[in-house]
Amino acid sequence: MYPRQIPESRPASRLLYATGVWAVLLLWLMPVFAIILTAFRTFEDVMAGNYWGWPTEINFWGNLTAVFTQTDMLDYFVNSLIITIPSTVLVLVLSTMTGYVLSRHRFPGATLLFSVFIAGNFLPQQVFMIPVRDLMVSLGLYDTFGALIIFHVAFQTGFATLFMRNFIAALPHELFQAARAEGASPWQILIQIVVPLVRPALAALAILLFTFIWNDYFWAIVLTQTDAVKPVTAGLANLRGEWVSSWNVVSAATLFVAIPPVVMFFLMQRHFVAGLTMGAVKG
Amino acid sequence: MLRNRRKLLHRATPALLLAPGLLLFLVVIVFSALRTFWISLHVWDGFGDMAWAGLANYVELWGDPQFWVSLRNNVIWLVVFLLAPPLGLAIALLVNQKIRSMRLAKSLFFMPLVLSTVTVGVIFVWFYDPTYGLLALIFDAFGGTAPAVLSSDTWVTLAVVFAALWPQVAFCMVLFLAGLNNLDEEIIGAGRVDNARGWQMLRHVVLPQLRQVAFIAVAISMIGALRSFDIIAVMTSGGPFGSSTNLAYQMYEESLFSYRFGYGAALATVLFAIMMVFIVWYLIRLLRDERGA
Repeated sequence: MYPRQIPESRPASRLLYATGVWAVLLLWLMPVFAIILTAFRTFEDVMAGNYWGWPTEINFWGNLTAVFTQTDMLDYFVNSLIITIPSTVLVLVLSTMTGYVLSRHRFPGATLLFSVFIAGNFLPQQVFMIPVRDLMVSLGLYDTFGALIIFHVAFQTGFATLFMRNFIAALPHELFQAARAEGASPWQILIQIVVPLVRPALAALAILLFTFIWNDYFWAIVLTQTDAVKPVTAGLANLRGEWVSSWNVVSAATLFVAIPPVVMFFLMQRHFVAGLTMGAVKG
Repeated sequence: MLRNRRKLLHRATPALLLAPGLLLFLVVIVFSALRTFWISLHVWDGFGDMAWAGLANYVELWGDPQFWVSLRNNVIWLVVFLLAPPLGLAIALLVNQKIRSMRLAKSLFFMPLVLSTVTVGVIFVWFYDPTYGLLALIFDAFGGTAPAVLSSDTWVTLAVVFAALWPQVAFCMVLFLAGLNNLDEEIIGAGRVDNARGWQMLRHVVLPQLRQVAFIAVAISMIGALRSFDIIAVMTSGGPFGSSTNLAYQMYEESLFSYRFGYGAALATVLFAIMMVFIVWYLIRLLRDERGA
């Protein structure tokens, strides 16, 4: 391994090293700690300028209650779930199919198609903003969950296809040969061989997609107008305008927004990291 | 007869499996990107009919001082984001030790990556607060007065970019950690036998093996820099007086606030062209590596 490992025979050095790393980490996550501490503060504390010290009084429940009762964050939260969950599931289904075909079937233009998927996925969102908005208006979907779901599914399918293609291409070749020799149809191969084997990839992909879609802000403000369909990210941005100096409430709301992706990340950390590196390193 | 039908179905299955995802992607993403270029040749308010304008939008761009501000800011974003790969590598090297508490430390270092940009923006607005923000406290500690970075047209873009750099460094770190785990132990061992140490070891033995990962980290950082929008919207809305806009943000504002969709599309097309340079570079390397492998 590189860098050279500190040998286990020197526990003192190891402890010292770990302490050093944790000190760096403390600095690295300073902004997060500040938000957490402030979610525990009272408004008086914030007004007195105690942004970074220990809260003089613990008011976490008070702030959280304010978020739930005096703001619409809970509704936005539900909206985000309504948008994110179906989008994620749909992308998983579509990309398993496209990834399978692109990795296991040779046909003219396959490389071109693959390149289009990658290139489209890297384009800045603003490049298709006007036509997508126009499309949703003419379909009568502007300002509905449908607009956001359709867009997210279409866009994420690019990345997800790349991801699934790489994973399926790495499966042992013999499996497919044997199945074909026994006369299995492509459909049977997909359902009986590919799907059971790609479960870990699907788990990793699901977390990534969930995080990407949950955290989207741009399309939320481009494709929606009314609060009834806005996701949490847009809600949080609004909240900041309305609760300008109540940083304690804004902080509590910020934590609330961050909960689902952070919880998912810690529960399925290995999948998350594997997903990111697989998506990027191999492709 | 039956067998023929089955055969036909077998042959059609791949196409049928490919169709839904592909069609959706082509219609919503690819077609839209191309249509943006078409719209950029028109004057359009987003509702009525489009009026042909030829290259008028592009001519106007050339003379628009705001466009040059945006372009300059995009360059600042690109340059500062080049810091992300080396910083990410540094942190990856720091935590790549087999000590028990390192696993948790690693995942905590990733954290900024999971937060939404809106969250990061909110956090940093506060960090930069000129009276009570942490930046102000640091300046106070050294007897100085903190500049109000977010309302200064000199500092605002740098302030926003540094906020955006935080998750980007975390991303690069994830990539480099994966790269470090795939190092060839034998070459490392040989380097050690040859008494390569510290910087020399890193430069001549480790980095050459990380070339692939480093390339991806740089490419993804460049692309990330060009597509940044959310954090500008949250932290400054392009202000003060348009001094922190980039092409993406200016495009959004021209279209949705000033209803100049043709002009917005022209800005998007310029952004598209700049991005294409990076994407093509990335794709060529990717496809070449794939053929080589």
